Amino acid sequence: MNPHPLIESLAGIYPEGRLLIHPGELASFESDGLTSYRTRPAAVVIAETQGEVIETVTLCHQHGVPFVARGSGTSLSGGSVPVKDGIVIALNRLTRIVRLDLTERIAVVEPGVINLDVSKASAASGLYYAPDPSSQQICTIGGNVAFNSGGAHCLKYGMTSNHVLALKAVLPDGEVVQLGSESVEGVGPDLVGLFVGSEGLFGIALEITLRLLPRPEQYQTVLAAYHSLEAAGNAVASVVASGLLPGAIEIMDRLAIQAAEAAVHPNYPKGAEAVLIVELEGEAEQVAEEYKRLEVVIRDSGAYEVRLAQDEADRQRIWKGRKSAFSAVGRLSPDFIVQDGVVPRSRLGETLAEIKRLSQQYNIRVANVFHAGDGNLHPLILYDGREAGAHERAEKLAGEIIRLCIRLGGSITGEHGVGLEKRGYLPEMYGEADVDLMWKLRCAMDPKQIANRGKMFPSGASDGPQAARATGLHPLEREGIISRE
Amino acid sequence: MQHTIPVDRVGPAGEEMARAVEKCVHCGFCLPTCPTYVTLGQEMDSPRGRIFLMKSALEGGLTVEDALPFVDRCLGCMACVTACPSGVQYAELLTPYRARTEKSRPRSFTERLARTLARETLPYPGRLRLAATTGRLAAPFRRFLPASLSAMLSLLPDELPPATKPLPRTYPAEGQRRARVALLAGCAQQVLAPEINWATLRVLARNGVEVVIPDGQGCCGSLMMHTGDGDGARDLARKNLRAFPKDVDAIVTNAAGCGSGMKEYGLLFKRQPEEAEGRAFAARVRDVSEFLAELGIESPPVSAPIAVAYHDACHLAHAQRVTEAPRQLLRRIPGLTLLEISEGELCCGSAGTYNIEQPALAEAIGRRKAQNILRTDAAMVVTGNIGCIVQIRASLGRLNKPMPVLHTMEVLDRAYRGMEN
Repeated sequence: MNPHPLIESLAGIYPEGRLLIHPGELASFESDGLTSYRTRPAAVVIAETQGEVIETVTLCHQHGVPFVARGSGTSLSGGSVPVKDGIVIALNRLTRIVRLDLTERIAVVEPGVINLDVSKASAASGLYYAPDPSSQQICTIGGNVAFNSGGAHCLKYGMTSNHVLALKAVLPDGEVVQLGSESVEGVGPDLVGLFVGSEGLFGIALEITLRLLPRPEQYQTVLAAYHSLEAAGNAVASVVASGLLPGAIEIMDRLAIQAAEAAVHPNYPKGAEAVLIVELEGEAEQVAEEYKRLEVVIRDSGAYEVRLAQDEADRQRIWKGRKSAFSAVGRLSPDFIVQDGVVPRSRLGETLAEIKRLSQQYNIRVANVFHAGDGNLHPLILYDGREAGAHERAEKLAGEIIRLCIRLGGSITGEHGVGLEKRGYLPEMYGEADVDLMWKLRCAMDPKQIANRGKMFPSGASDGPQAARATGLHPLEREGIISRE
Repeated sequence: MQHTIPVDRVGPAGEEMARAVEKCVHCGFCLPTCPTYVTLGQEMDSPRGRIFLMKSALEGGLTVEDALPFVDRCLGCMACVTACPSGVQYAELLTPYRARTEKSRPRSFTERLARTLARETLPYPGRLRLAATTGRLAAPFRRFLPASLSAMLSLLPDELPPATKPLPRTYPAEGQRRARVALLAGCAQQVLAPEINWATLRVLARNGVEVVIPDGQGCCGSLMMHTGDGDGARDLARKNLRAFPKDVDAIVTNAAGCGSGMKEYGLLFKRQPEEAEGRAFAARVRDVSEFLAELGIESPPVSAPIAVAYHDACHLAHAQRVTEAPRQLLRRIPGLTLLEISEGELCCGSAGTYNIEQPALAEAIGRRKAQNILRTDAAMVVTGNIGCIVQIRASLGRLNKPMPVLHTMEVLDRAYRGMEN
């Protein structure tokens, strides 16, 4: 594959400064939020218009050169890691909010618009965009669509896919399509649903029609402290069983609390092995009524301290602590793996106990901070990459946790996506026929397999993964299950 | 992020630089607070990108020249440090990195000229006054000059304020003495806005603070420290180590950039004979707003109502983490309504000599700040740094929306003296 003729063609579209080919310009695009994978692309284009994106994709298709669309590079599964000798299409300057229709309660945005900016733009009208990944102040809607991102409040409101009504997208062969409609009652198959969460394998979203919701009249944010992580986990099932549907139910364990306190001082209860964050929201009377019920459930679940957010600033601090936790763990350990798996929430307590056992068995610290309400675990596996073999042992432990999730009837990913990181586990969760069907679908949409090549599917398939690992072999590679060309 | 930086071979601050790199988890939470990233929208102009570039250059994966343009475009505003959940001490990477690469870099003749002019004039009040007067004469020829020189001229006020009488060696407290401090007189500010020092003296005195202004002090060295001239900065800092007395309650400054620089003396003298002395000095440095808020101030008399927008100087808010103290002081003024500027964490584009070295970017960043200020409907801007005052005044002027931009101490001083703000 020789990308150079393509770069010559790209030079016809992009002026100097927006077609990046020098090492100093390319280096910082080598990785995203998952730093153990790094690949230098042949070129990065800084697109400013949808037309440029369409032309670039068309050229890539003509030349058979793979491309990766990139927003803010916050993927935790390596979703926006470049393909070797491929092109990165940076979408950070496609930040137009094309339409904000407050009567219809929709926003039509370009892919580079930042998640939180949609809520900011609609705030004056009392509306907001509900999905709230922890990185919402920087992650882009384009990336959210590609990975069907979640967030703390997806317990009540669902994932990104529940909030995208329509899409204008460029398919991997350059064709521009319009999927869905502004109404939730569309006709025909749910093609928007097919596109959302396709991890960039079906092309690039150019305009996304989002649903906006009225901001709840009142929030009541409750912190409950427990002497054990398992007790906090069991409390989640009790809250849900009581019939309440809070906006969010989150858990942070002792290590995660320690990291968040050091980073943003959210003032979580002292001495807790775990804190449960429950947020009730809605009309004031309803919230007051629900809080009475919640208080009883929480007292019965063995919480030793309960604290309420005193005002909006306090509430923001509580959430800032929670949402900063992944990065804040960088204070506790030079390296860590962010895991993302799902178990049925009725089995949270036993899952957490098993993770604790595994942590002790491997003698590796594991911090837990996660969306407990929907059973979406995020164990953070702490290690020191300078110790020989530490990274491999941490990956092995991460693998055991993921298999535990599969065994308990859960999933290998809740919201971060398969990307590069989990592609080896896809065949463990799905049967051969399922993976084969997914592959056929991929080939139907992208016969040359140029859109985000190497993501989601295990290697060995005809579009073998191109990304090189910085260090070490994947455990599955060592076992001969997967390989890289 | 793992690194293979050869810590022993990259200068005395190798360990600190490696630690900063290692701490970065690449989450991107710094991106929305970085002025160059929000302006340019490209990864290499973000803090995360620059950390990666500096790491690669230190490890040998990139040449210093490859990384240079993007490291140069960093304002050093440190908003990323405030935003970083992982606790990356970015200054501990950037400052020594710049010092290390400064010596070997190629610069064009006009770049060197602009840089030399800035460094040989700004720290010396006498020379700056002369240069500023000469500069005004050159103004008509501005469009024939290279961008950086032209930018220097555009920041000069139309008319320099008249030189005030020299500062006294001591300024007595009014009433009972509650504290005794030493004041850094500063350099550029003495020429561009000598009133700020006088206002500071009066406000301190009014609150029972005796001020000494030690002879033999000079520029704090921040400008050089932050542009990669470690040796030059140390020469200046040594003068201050000698000049400032130890028997005062604090070493006080009213320029955020100087305060931030002097609080870094420990790092500046890292593994040098003066390290302990530098640390002790740094520990006694206080921004004047910080010092007064800790001490507690007297309420000024009631005056006419006014709405002011407070601008957080980066070297105060991010480098020193002082945000509440100046607001607390301003709220003591009856009739004053304090307004917050949206995107308040973003730099105004002044950043030391940045508006001279990166004029186009500084102008774009300044415009964004001015637009955010105008959206507050304030009648006045208040801030704690001379660089910001000059830049914000110029940025508002370019939009044809001039308004007064004053130092926190000037606003307090006027309130105490019953002057209309």
